[in-house]
Amino acid sequence: MRHPTSFVLIFFGLLALWPVMSGSYGADLVAKIMIYALLALSLELLVGSTGLVCFGQAAFFGIGAYAAILLSPIDGSAPSLWLSLLSAIALASVYALAVGALSLRTQGVYFIMVTLAFSQMAYYVVHDTPLGGGTDGIYMYVKPTWGWVDLDKPAHMYGLIWLSLLMGFLFFSQLLRSPFGRALAGIRVNEQRMKATGFSVYPYKLAAFTLSGAMAGWAGYLFAIKDGFVNPELLSWHLSGAVLVMIILGGLGHMRGALLGAFAFALLQELFQSEAVFGNYAKHWHLSLGLAIMACVAFMPHGLVALPAQLRERLSGRKNHKASAAALEEQA
Amino acid sequence: MTRDVLLQGINLTRRWGGLVAVNNVSISLKRGQVHAVIGTNGAGKSTLINLLSGEFPPSSGQVELLGQGVSHWAQSRRARAGLGRSYQRNTIFPSFTVLENCRLSAQAQHQQAWAFWRSAERDATTRSIALDVATRVGLGDSLDCQAGFLSHGQKRQLEIAMCLATAPQVLLLDEPLAGMGAEETERMLTLLQELKQDHAILLVEHDMDAVFRIADLITVMVNGLVIATGTPDEVRNNSDVRTAYLGDH
Repeated sequence: MRHPTSFVLIFFGLLALWPVMSGSYGADLVAKIMIYALLALSLELLVGSTGLVCFGQAAFFGIGAYAAILLSPIDGSAPSLWLSLLSAIALASVYALAVGALSLRTQGVYFIMVTLAFSQMAYYVVHDTPLGGGTDGIYMYVKPTWGWVDLDKPAHMYGLIWLSLLMGFLFFSQLLRSPFGRALAGIRVNEQRMKATGFSVYPYKLAAFTLSGAMAGWAGYLFAIKDGFVNPELLSWHLSGAVLVMIILGGLGHMRGALLGAFAFALLQELFQSEAVFGNYAKHWHLSLGLAIMACVAFMPHGLVALPAQLRERLSGRKNHKASAAALEEQA
Repeated sequence: MTRDVLLQGINLTRRWGGLVAVNNVSISLKRGQVHAVIGTNGAGKSTLINLLSGEFPPSSGQVELLGQGVSHWAQSRRARAGLGRSYQRNTIFPSFTVLENCRLSAQAQHQQAWAFWRSAERDATTRSIALDVATRVGLGDSLDCQAGFLSHGQKRQLEIAMCLATAPQVLLLDEPLAGMGAEETERMLTLLQELKQDHAILLVEHDMDAVFRIADLITVMVNGLVIATGTPDEVRNNSDVRTAYLGDH
């Protein structure tokens, strides 16, 4: 366990120091990436830990974001940070509970399609009804407050996002070590055996789905109050797909992978969009990003997390037992 | 002496389209008995186990566990009520260690889904059960080995250990000796003799020497039908069985 612990200390330590070293642009970028990392963590709980490939994570993210603004007091006064955060999380959880209750009755590719369908439904509700301000989205005029916390100050906002990511990461990491988390791992590896052993797998999967939706809603809430603006694209399947790519890039089956993947994805995107580096070609960044991701997946089949082990294996020329854990799972 | 009937299948039938895999089969398992079910491939032995354990429902017929009707219970509920099974194909958790395979199985009877702050690995109750069952089947030296790297025979032992970890009263064992060496077979038979004291055991097995040595009752199935049930001697001398199965003319 020493290796992951030092990773966490270094990773979150660097993130805490980053705003001091970078300019305001850099701090803003990293704040945004940390929000995506929180969203990636939420999906990792489903895909990497439980083996449920959800293709509708953006819906929970978007609901959290819209809730941040729609649940603000009508009189224009500043909402309480905790109250509005908790209600945004609650709303996303309720939607996740409903979607999970229905979609978890299906399996495999059908599950992917059903979660996509439910997220598209949410998308069209905010896109085509007056509720969410249509395609233009809505602005937040007054940011939530709590005590001396002033979210109009970038440093405070950064701190809140950093703390949220740290808490989310520690919570999920502990969750996976608990009896609940071990049961999720059992369901991922061999669901039939879990049933024969005496686990009712449906409530476990539903709880995981709801927790995941709650955390995605939390990330969405942070996104909304950071920029003070939401639009329907937050619920679009593009985002659901991008988050899936993040966790695959980082390495499925590890919470650390979700963090690394979110950063790798966002930084690659930033790189390929940069006109300073790619000049005119930067407007074709989708193409270069796609090619880069294909290369990553081809050369690092177990993601960034497994890269050190993969390199060691290459250098020593020996098969590493740990690295073939994924191969073992395919036996089940 | 009357023994308690722990598990009973009554007039069980399972159809797959036009094929009747299990045809009106009744079977009762008593504590202290090894009840073997033998028959050629495709006779419906595994299907019978699946019907009893609740993997899929019968087309008709009932299952009673410890005197209760459980026909409508999900497999997981039957398992928690004391029905353990092992699979013909290894269905362990290959990427987990041997200890964790057993511990997770033990956890089914001690589920604490909400205690997220606890470490499962350090849970004293499930850990001690896991250590106990792993040692019992002879895997005490391989606790930290990833299950996928075990030899075939060891995987079969692990199957039994995982089954025992759920503290079942009834064991449904689907070919536990398949692919085992002579030494491993001996060990498994000794273990079954031990387990028989306080369990009801259904044994599906192709190793006839083992079956006739250990079984108290033998049921012979052919094409989904039971053609004979009796003690090993009765079955050995039954003319129908000799014709259909043992290849005597």
